[in-house]
Amino acid sequence: MSTNIRTENLSFSYPGDEERQPTVALDGVTLEIERGSFVVVLGHNGSGKSTLAKTFNAVLLPSGGTVYVDGMDTSSEELLLEIRRRIGMVFQNPDNQIVANVVEEDVAFAPENLGVPTAEIRRRVDDALEAVGMTDFTLHAPHLLSGGQKQRIAIAGVLAMLPECIVLDEATAMLDPIGRREVLNVIEGLHREKDVTVVLITHHMNEAEHADRVIVMDHGKVAMDGTPKAVFSRAEELKALGLTVPDTVALLRELKAGGMDVPVDALTVEECADAILNAMK
Amino acid sequence: MEEIIKVENLTHTYGIGTPFERSAVKDMSLSVYRGELLGLIGHTGSGKSTLIQHLNGLLKPTSGRILLDGKDIWAEPKKIRDVRFRVGLVFQYPEYQLFEETAYKDIAFGPMNMGLKGDELDRRIRDAARFAGLRDELLDKSPFALSGGQKRRVAIAGVIAMEPEVLVLDEPSAGLDPRGREELLEHIRAYHRERGNTVVLVSHSMEEIARYADRIAVLAHGKVLMRGTPREVFSRGGELVKAGLDVPQTTRVAMELRRRGLEIDPAVYTVEELRDALLARKKGGAR
Amino acid sequence: MLKDITLGQYFPGTTLAHRLDPRTKLIAVVCYIVGIFNCHSAWAYGLMVLTLIVSARIAKVGAKALLRGLRPVLFIIAFTAVLNLFYTPGEVLWTWWVLKITREGIRTAVAMMARITLLITGTFLLTYTTSPIQLTDGLESLLNPLKKLRVPVHELAMMMSIALRFIPTLIEETDKIMSAQKARGADFESGGLVQRAKALIPLLVPLFVSAFRRADELATAMECRCYHGGEGRTKLHVLHFAARDYAVLALYLALAVGVIVLD
Repeated sequence: MSTNIRTENLSFSYPGDEERQPTVALDGVTLEIERGSFVVVLGHNGSGKSTLAKTFNAVLLPSGGTVYVDGMDTSSEELLLEIRRRIGMVFQNPDNQIVANVVEEDVAFAPENLGVPTAEIRRRVDDALEAVGMTDFTLHAPHLLSGGQKQRIAIAGVLAMLPECIVLDEATAMLDPIGRREVLNVIEGLHREKDVTVVLITHHMNEAEHADRVIVMDHGKVAMDGTPKAVFSRAEELKALGLTVPDTVALLRELKAGGMDVPVDALTVEECADAILNAMK
Repeated sequence: MEEIIKVENLTHTYGIGTPFERSAVKDMSLSVYRGELLGLIGHTGSGKSTLIQHLNGLLKPTSGRILLDGKDIWAEPKKIRDVRFRVGLVFQYPEYQLFEETAYKDIAFGPMNMGLKGDELDRRIRDAARFAGLRDELLDKSPFALSGGQKRRVAIAGVIAMEPEVLVLDEPSAGLDPRGREELLEHIRAYHRERGNTVVLVSHSMEEIARYADRIAVLAHGKVLMRGTPREVFSRGGELVKAGLDVPQTTRVAMELRRRGLEIDPAVYTVEELRDALLARKKGGAR
Repeated sequence: MLKDITLGQYFPGTTLAHRLDPRTKLIAVVCYIVGIFNCHSAWAYGLMVLTLIVSARIAKVGAKALLRGLRPVLFIIAFTAVLNLFYTPGEVLWTWWVLKITREGIRTAVAMMARITLLITGTFLLTYTTSPIQLTDGLESLLNPLKKLRVPVHELAMMMSIALRFIPTLIEETDKIMSAQKARGADFESGGLVQRAKALIPLLVPLFVSAFRRADELATAMECRCYHGGEGRTKLHVLHFAARDYAVLALYLALAVGVIVLD
């Protein structure tokens, strides 16, 4: 596997103003995101996780250190469009990232900016809408859609750039459980079938279920980094960082403390039930 | 138990006479009892937002009645503002309604509209800030300079300061991180216990409702699908899943265990209860 | 209440009216407006009304939806009508105190009402059947020659289309903030002028703060999708005139010229 995004000793500070002190949001982050991986970034508000995401496609430029996208330095002006094409970003508020009044025209926005020929735009728009399951809404007005549907349109808008990687910056935070599931299903499908690299920034622990790697941020630094099972088995540390573990893990830990011989790293309901039944035999 | 609010056969239809005509609430009846913490759950489009805007008279029923202490709130339409002081409503993402120069002044907006001033006003603002978990030194800051979680608390304090008999909160924890969520809900629980006031908590997180509510009403398609204690409601987990609602992960584990033949009380819904049930069975099985 | 405003609202569809090139519709509306202002006789107005009805039928826009657009300007229409009714000199039919109604007054009042109504419903028909993006594309294309005079045509068109996109969002937001402040006892409906203006502060401050936040986030989202001005931009829908466009243009031109010459 090759590297898609690489940061080297990356730091970033927000400048202060009359009301606020300058704040250090990222403090010496060095990490690599492998091509085709599904990475979940967790952390409480203010841990630096969103700032990290915004440095991946040069929305923010490092105050110190470097970010490379497929070997390209994000601070080089002439590579800006190519970097942004490769790293698609989906943000939190569905209403504030839809540009157009008709679904298909919104999805077409990025390829139009990139100067893609008309016939090719049509194809990309249709493909992208199909990939997120929104073909039936091609000619709809986006403001009448549900939150989950709007976020799927935003994902389609990014897919139309044919990106290498999709970064979702708390894209599920404002959605209800149904909308959240819709978006996660789409993302998992894209990762599985189109081999897109996914970086999912969230504070919903359950969304880490299908990731192959979890990074926990705290005070602008990487606090934990590993497989979901490895990270969630460190429940005390997570709690100290203002995070929780999924109830399945919490239950298994309680059972173990009560003397039952169970593993404490089952994440899905099925795995958890398996572990319990095994121990009950 | 004594009813403080009674919703009688409420129907609300939006956009009457337009192509977008749609009934968000259909012939719904529901009671809120004095002093309880009622959890309202249902997904977007279930009618919960429409329902709660009827409780304080922001929306007028298309048909049906809302009784507050046995009196129709629309009996005297001119006095509807008094109903809003008695039934305090905190909207979703309430931080977007802040407008004053300081947090203190913003919290004062509601009580000042009630005509309060002087010591009583100051007392209410400080009490409300304490209930919402705001430190004193934050009160003199501009609300726009606060963090997202602090802004939310200012907004909630702004409604608590009116000292309503019923406090209705629409998704108060939406968008907060786990610690922020837990802290906020603990503050609401403490307010409920200390004041003994009625609280209606709207959420789409079953975990949250399971942990905090005395009683739950599940809404779907503009009607009340189920009502009862958390135990009663979650013991019907299968129906909830069928209705497209999330059940707590613990309930899902218990359901999965039952499906595979392990006898577990279907009413179990917290981690601790399921642990106890499983450990008891294990012991029993070993004997 | 605020949701009733349909200004600039687009109803997606696939009728002939929807499929026409936006430039055709823009020119047709201009022809129609020129026609309206050259109408004098009843038959000419009749022809204009008929044109509107036929166009609305083709676009499958109902009378209710069309007339609902008039609600916000009802006051202006009534005001102009009253002014014309009482202040046009001519053959006096009826007097009371300083008010007098003249035959000419009635004529002008009716004509003014008809003109404004047709003007507005005609323009609404355009916005009902043309998505804001098509509309701005059309305008951009029609105004393209002005680029030579260094008029920032693309930027203006982009601004307009975003403004239109955010109208429903901001209306919804206004509704929400208003409800939230009402829940805290705010009173937007009573009191004198000064009091009412003051009552708007709790509405306007959050609305502005939110609009700026949205603008900021939208700008970031646009940049993330590689927006870098109009240079080198291609289009999903390239404008091109089809046979139907020439036919419709010819009809509307004939209408305008006919009214000017014959009436």
